[in-house]
Amino acid sequence: MSQLNPEIDHLLRRAGFGVSPVEVDTFRDMSTAAAVSYLVDYEGRPDDVDARIGRADHAQVTSKDLFAPDIDIEDARQRWLFRMVHTRRPLQEKMALFWHNHFATAYSKLTNDSGPLQAAKMLACKPGALRGPQGQLELFRQFALGNFRDLVLQAAMDPAMLIWLDGQFNTRTKPQENFGREVMELFTIGVDFYTESDVYAAARVFSGWNLRESQGYNKTDMNSYQEFVYNAGEHETSDKTFSFPIYSNGSRTIPARSESAGMQDGIDLITGLAVHPETARRLARKFWNFFISEIHQPDPAFIESTASVYLQSGTEIRPVVRHILSSPWFNDPSMHFARYAWPAEYVARAIKEVGWQNFSLDKARTPLAAMGQLLFEPPNVGGWPLGAGWFSTGTMLARTNFAATLAASQKENLGAEFESESQTPQALYAAMLSRVTPAPFDAAPQQALMSYLQAGAGSWNSAQVTTRAAGLARLLVGSAEYQLV
Amino acid sequence: MRVSRRIFIRDGVATVTLGLSAPAFLSAIAQAQGIPSRRLVVVYLGGGNDALNTLVPYQDPSYYSRRPSIAIPAGQVLQVGSDAAGRALGLHPRLGGLLNIFNEGHLALVQRTGYENSSRSHFEAGDIWGTANPQSYTGSGWLGRYLDTLPRPVDALAAWNTTGETPRALLSGTTGVPAIPSASTYTFASPNRGSVALEERNAAQIMASNPATGRPHLAFVNSTSRGAIETLDRVAQATAYTPTVQYPNNGFALALRTVAGAIVKNIGSRVFWVSTGGYDTHAQQGQGGGGGYANLMGTLGDGLWAFYTDIRNQGFANDTTVIVFSEFGRRISENGSNGTDHGAAGVMMALGGMVRGGLHGTAASLAPGNPTLENNSGDVRYETDFRSVYAKLLDQWLGTNSVPILNGDFRAGAPAIF
Repeated sequence: MSQLNPEIDHLLRRAGFGVSPVEVDTFRDMSTAAAVSYLVDYEGRPDDVDARIGRADHAQVTSKDLFAPDIDIEDARQRWLFRMVHTRRPLQEKMALFWHNHFATAYSKLTNDSGPLQAAKMLACKPGALRGPQGQLELFRQFALGNFRDLVLQAAMDPAMLIWLDGQFNTRTKPQENFGREVMELFTIGVDFYTESDVYAAARVFSGWNLRESQGYNKTDMNSYQEFVYNAGEHETSDKTFSFPIYSNGSRTIPARSESAGMQDGIDLITGLAVHPETARRLARKFWNFFISEIHQPDPAFIESTASVYLQSGTEIRPVVRHILSSPWFNDPSMHFARYAWPAEYVARAIKEVGWQNFSLDKARTPLAAMGQLLFEPPNVGGWPLGAGWFSTGTMLARTNFAATLAASQKENLGAEFESESQTPQALYAAMLSRVTPAPFDAAPQQALMSYLQAGAGSWNSAQVTTRAAGLARLLVGSAEYQLV
Repeated sequence: MRVSRRIFIRDGVATVTLGLSAPAFLSAIAQAQGIPSRRLVVVYLGGGNDALNTLVPYQDPSYYSRRPSIAIPAGQVLQVGSDAAGRALGLHPRLGGLLNIFNEGHLALVQRTGYENSSRSHFEAGDIWGTANPQSYTGSGWLGRYLDTLPRPVDALAAWNTTGETPRALLSGTTGVPAIPSASTYTFASPNRGSVALEERNAAQIMASNPATGRPHLAFVNSTSRGAIETLDRVAQATAYTPTVQYPNNGFALALRTVAGAIVKNIGSRVFWVSTGGYDTHAQQGQGGGGGYANLMGTLGDGLWAFYTDIRNQGFANDTTVIVFSEFGRRISENGSNGTDHGAAGVMMALGGMVRGGLHGTAASLAPGNPTLENNSGDVRYETDFRSVYAKLLDQWLGTNSVPILNGDFRAGAPAIF
């Protein structure tokens, strides 16, 4: 049994990445309501996680030469995993992961366009680390619980997005439809609520939303950059009519404007989309799946109440998430373990629960790709196939084999930690389950685990405890029960 | 856009591939059902393939006027003659391997495939092609429903998906399809060695066999775990395959190599799923026959040519049909970024020793106002319902009845690809 109250465990799995042995004390005596505030109102605690990279008592990183997560994608992936494991603001990283999937942008296309250094920088550069705009992930961290309309607007001006959905090429004479379509289909209202003529109109709205290069731009120079520019001369100025209201008075037409004033077209469209009731419902449905359940259909009362908090707060996300985490749906025990862990969630939680001593996060990188979630490389603009879509024989095998890799790396530590409290196989089983927290086992799998431990009972010495502790950790973390959160 | 193949790190981790438990009886199931003599390999081009630059109407003046930058110059296309409407066509210059198969009479090019009210959304269109139902595109896929018709129990490797995710087309009411993105790392790893590692594999198999009554989502995850453990050993046989030709070193070709291994080693799989991405060419398709789209065509043509020659050398060409499709074609006119946006009808291909090659259907005339176009002449209108091609494959290649699988009779107007 976990050392924490099940509601807190559930909250930390959903609004964070689980709980490590060193964090248990923080939450042991906290009420559920206090824990929600702790997670949601994270700004009171420092965003100091990156400064702890390199500490011996944290997970390790491995780099070809100098660790350079602002310009090297492999290092950026490790930094993000490090944050998931060690952050003091787990909900911030959790929401950054949510937005990364929502605004899914892939490194490979950016690399083809601008080379590997600029591509990594556009996705992951910390604000102020180098000249030029912050990376897209930092935008998602900044707006983790921020205003959704503002986030869409920032995403529309984000250099990575302008390359990913070809906005950089959207001009007066040849409007580019890619961003115009996806901002409606995927970022806001959804596929059933716009028409082909809306796509043409949206493309014209964003004409002139392009990129410009810094002076003396050189894609291999870490201080070179590309940034958003509104090219007034490339904006198509005639009016644009949509099939849905753009303005609060119900008007569906963005008026003709001068070139210099034309950037307002895009701001108006994004605002109209952000406050569209279908956007509110679509976000509510996505949040149901992300926070409540992927197994139960969304409760219409949840969708309506969540959508209404969103609209009444002026598209602010923090009150929405606070509403969700405090809601009766969230705390319904039948919703516990009713989601399928994303590979990144699974990996971070496994590391937190099994251990990270001398474990390099680089060892999670390739397995994550095999599980289907290479960070910064979603398969397409729709994001990853969530829920049951994560699971196939190949991806499940990748998960269980990662459990083996992790358990192998922690074998000696697990042996040393569990030796004294594991006088019998039963004691080892109880001790391991006090920190590794799969969904409850039925009798048959529980019996299989006990039989595995009993097979070593004939010579139950410290070497045997070490062997069986690692094997047990592998079986628990590799179980189907552990894939549910 | 698809994730490339990755090799597992296995440092400090022993791998177990002994045929200790289930595989013997699973092979027996495959044996009892007979090694199928006919295999279907489905190749999906992810992102919406620009069919007009795959099979080029190089004598249509509107093709050049509407694509001033990205058109393939007439002098570069690989000519394949004229279709029934008298329209001269040529393959993309990087499809030399496919031209060879065409000239041997075993590559069918089915022009203007699609359906009424073509979706321009990747996801909706992908689901429509997967379910074979433009009206209601959730639920099981057309190949999944084919698997549902096989006699029970169905061999765990009846179908073989070379990608990490299960595509809609393979979703079945009764049969899980193993996903084997990298056959060489499709192994069981343990932090221990020897007999303890085998005990772990045993325990994992028992745990994965738990029916999890009352928790269907848990039962589902268990089924993927069990499917993996039960197929490990036979997949390892396919991995041990030595091809007769050198395959290109990219994920697409390597997946085809694995498929060839499974065919030649008689693993028993009837349906294979392979995919290659990057076809969402909104920008920088390349000019004058080169550039990004040419690279896509090179990957496609070279990979298929290696596969075709390999299985032909091994004597399996007449047992294998490959079909190639994408979720939609692209707009006729290029956009401002040397690319093309989402369009409508596309081109399907079928190749194999028993395929009746040639140009099927007719090309569009790209002059604005022509009835072969739609959407204010922005896009190519379909001529052949894609479900009629599925019907042909189900009825005449896989030897089943297409009507219940496709929820309708789509045999009329099907191209004579066999």
